[in-house]
Amino acid sequence: MRLELHDVTKLYPGVRANDGISLSVKAGEIHAVLGENGAGKSTLMKIIYGVTQPDSGRMLWNGREVRVASPEQARGLGIAMVFQHFSLFETLTVVENVWLGLSEKSKPRVAARIRELGQSYGLEVDPDRPVHTLSVGERQRVEIVRALLTDPKLLILDEPTSVLTPQAIERLFETLRRLAADGCSILYISHKLDEIRTLCDQCTVLRAGKVTGHVARPAAETNASLSRLMLGAEPPILEHHERQPGEVVLEVNGLSLEKQDEFGVSLRGVSFRVAAGEVLGVAGVSGNGQGELLAALSGEDRRATPNAIKLFGRDIAGAPPARRRRLGLHYVPEERLGRATVPVHSLSENTLLTRKDSVAPGAWLRRAPLRELARSIIARFRVKARGPGSLARSLSGGNLQKYVVGREIDARPKLLIVAQPTWGVDVGAAAQIRGELLGLRDSGSALLVVSEELEELLELSDSLVVIANGRVSPRIARRDATRALIGEWMSGLWPEQSESTATSNREETPLAQARVEA
Amino acid sequence: MLKLESRPEPSRALALLSPLIALAFTLVIGLGLFVALGKDPWQALQMFFYEPLKNTRALAELSIKAAPLLLIALGLSVCFRSGVWNIGAEGQFILGTIGATGVALRATADSSSLLVVGVLLAGTLAGMLWAALTALLRDRFNASEILVSLMLVYVAEQVLSYVVHGPWKDPNGYNFPQTITFLAQARMPRLIEGMRANWGVVIALGCMVSIWLFMHRTLAGYKLEVAGLAPRAARYAGFSSRSALWTTLLLSGAMAGLAGALEVAGPVGQLTSDVPLGYGFAAIIVAFVGRLEPIGVCLSSLLMSLFYIGGELSQSRLGLPKSITGVFQGLLLFSLLTCDTLINYRVRFSGRRRALPASAEVQ
Repeated sequence: MRLELHDVTKLYPGVRANDGISLSVKAGEIHAVLGENGAGKSTLMKIIYGVTQPDSGRMLWNGREVRVASPEQARGLGIAMVFQHFSLFETLTVVENVWLGLSEKSKPRVAARIRELGQSYGLEVDPDRPVHTLSVGERQRVEIVRALLTDPKLLILDEPTSVLTPQAIERLFETLRRLAADGCSILYISHKLDEIRTLCDQCTVLRAGKVTGHVARPAAETNASLSRLMLGAEPPILEHHERQPGEVVLEVNGLSLEKQDEFGVSLRGVSFRVAAGEVLGVAGVSGNGQGELLAALSGEDRRATPNAIKLFGRDIAGAPPARRRRLGLHYVPEERLGRATVPVHSLSENTLLTRKDSVAPGAWLRRAPLRELARSIIARFRVKARGPGSLARSLSGGNLQKYVVGREIDARPKLLIVAQPTWGVDVGAAAQIRGELLGLRDSGSALLVVSEELEELLELSDSLVVIANGRVSPRIARRDATRALIGEWMSGLWPEQSESTATSNREETPLAQARVEA
Repeated sequence: MLKLESRPEPSRALALLSPLIALAFTLVIGLGLFVALGKDPWQALQMFFYEPLKNTRALAELSIKAAPLLLIALGLSVCFRSGVWNIGAEGQFILGTIGATGVALRATADSSSLLVVGVLLAGTLAGMLWAALTALLRDRFNASEILVSLMLVYVAEQVLSYVVHGPWKDPNGYNFPQTITFLAQARMPRLIEGMRANWGVVIALGCMVSIWLFMHRTLAGYKLEVAGLAPRAARYAGFSSRSALWTTLLLSGAMAGLAGALEVAGPVGQLTSDVPLGYGFAAIIVAFVGRLEPIGVCLSSLLMSLFYIGGELSQSRLGLPKSITGVFQGLLLFSLLTCDTLINYRVRFSGRRRALPASAEVQ
């Protein structure tokens, strides 16, 4: 056994983050740790990597009991970790970034090692390129190369695919399989069932800090059986009925906007339409102009040229958010805390941000209707909160998201724009939110959903567009959208056909043609 | 190495008590200071906390100091709550005295006794205009309102110096930098005959109630608060940050200007180069000690007035230097900031720094 954990327990004030966890990893095994947000996966990895110390329990490394007091010591043992959030200096080159963390003095020798590792594991990256010119996938390769340079016997990867396109994920898996074949054990943390079933040899499932199951061959399981272990229940299956879309609600026509800051993205000729009773999904790797597009649609950025954005045929390109809301456009932003809500205000006060006209018209605040509205949202969307007086920041991520989505759905919007509807939300709440969004669609509203999770978009959308580097692809119907095709489009490679989206919003790009031209 | 770590759940009770704890610290340090200066600390305490409160006359004097502090600090509270850092209330106060004087000097023997309303309005408008300069520079050129408003204080002092040395100098004033004493029609009527307290106190208390209503019961007040607490939420909701900037600056400028007008039309009765006593700066402390809440600000303005009067008394009776008031103000603000920091953060002593990854030598 490469690594064994026995009865590891870690207490934080008020919560047992890890409760008697045991797990063992063989040499050359790809071992998944599956669990929803807050199940204790990260705490466990931090214990193995020496970032925190367990309160009790034993850890065996190659059969010998060890205490890992610091990441430094973990690396000394041969444990490496790639974190979800990269720690690279943007202005330095690849080799400089890697060299910084090593005791090796010679930079050229490090560069040679990077090339060598890159070739043997499919992690090619030019050592002399500055990091800011690299794509997200390439940056992740740098992180992995950096971890591999210490010649680890165990590599820990924390949710590594959340920033990757489907093609890049395939490539990462290839690399990991080769590493495992060379004898390196891999701990793969994820909540994505498909990935675990394709990649991993073993799987340990955590729920609320406890091990709820060991699965010997994840590939033999179904998503339903794995998620039963992870959640204690199967998630409700979404009913997605075909529906004939109605009149055009939102029309974006040749929207171009210069980026406002150095790390932003300029929008270039963005055009699409959303009709009543349909969900249009916007796929894409984060940082490709999603934020800029959303700001222009919500009215936070009002620089768009006249007629670039129309709601029911009316030009709203320069309209402030409040006027757009009066016309029926509601928006759920990506950041729940600090943008969709004021953290230190109560839930009832937070209704004022977007619902003031409906609950408290006039210049004076009347508290009673606010409380009533908050109470009804809490009840209708099953938000776990003590009451309308609870501060927004006291709610868990999933519950606050339910509240925010509920607040906007309750306004009966004619167009609802949602960014990352279930980002960082536990699986149960996510399923509920998706169900509510589909319910809104079935009642005849138009929805625009921007998400980085392709699975989610495929579940929710009637049609999809892809955003890449500030441009938006033609629309494609959900039944024609394969992961491979969307993945290609995410790199900006889609067939150029002008006016395809403008002529008819139901006209779908023929799949075959798209493949040929891409 | 010292490190500040944010506490996950700062105590709410302590956050409310923080001004009182700060006051206690201030007193302890202050007492130590008196002992070090060779004064009887008991006697010194009396100067600060007994003499200014001992009878109606003393209380009337206290109200004269507290009213302008309260007015200015109320305006600043609105500003600070919405994240607009107006540091130049002193300048807006000075312009208020000048504007008020401009109208007051027009009074003749047969002016109506309503002239004083014009005096107050002129002061209010002048303070507002001075703050508008800051708002304009911030809005147009994105200049820092902290620097601009502060620097405009020095400009205001020069304007004051010019009018009292030049056009408005009392011809029979032995060349002192001061105007004539205002006629009765241009002065605030007294509240109680025989004492200096005037209707200004009532105006200040009225403002306190209005500001409270504005902050907590109107939509406009709520929008301003959101702009300060979560600017991105304000943008999302569509609350204009420009209108927040202008509203708060104009409001706080008006309040400071009104305080200035009440000062010249009230206890002072004329404009001299000595009118500004630093109320505009002291009010910043008052606002924070009062937790940016009208009722708290009312209490802290009384406390600050005690410091002013106690400082004057210990100067005349105990022979302590004039700067004692400033020392107490500084101590109070410093203690408050320390308390607030320690309530929200805990101090950690970390022994060694985590080294960069070293690959091989660790076993």
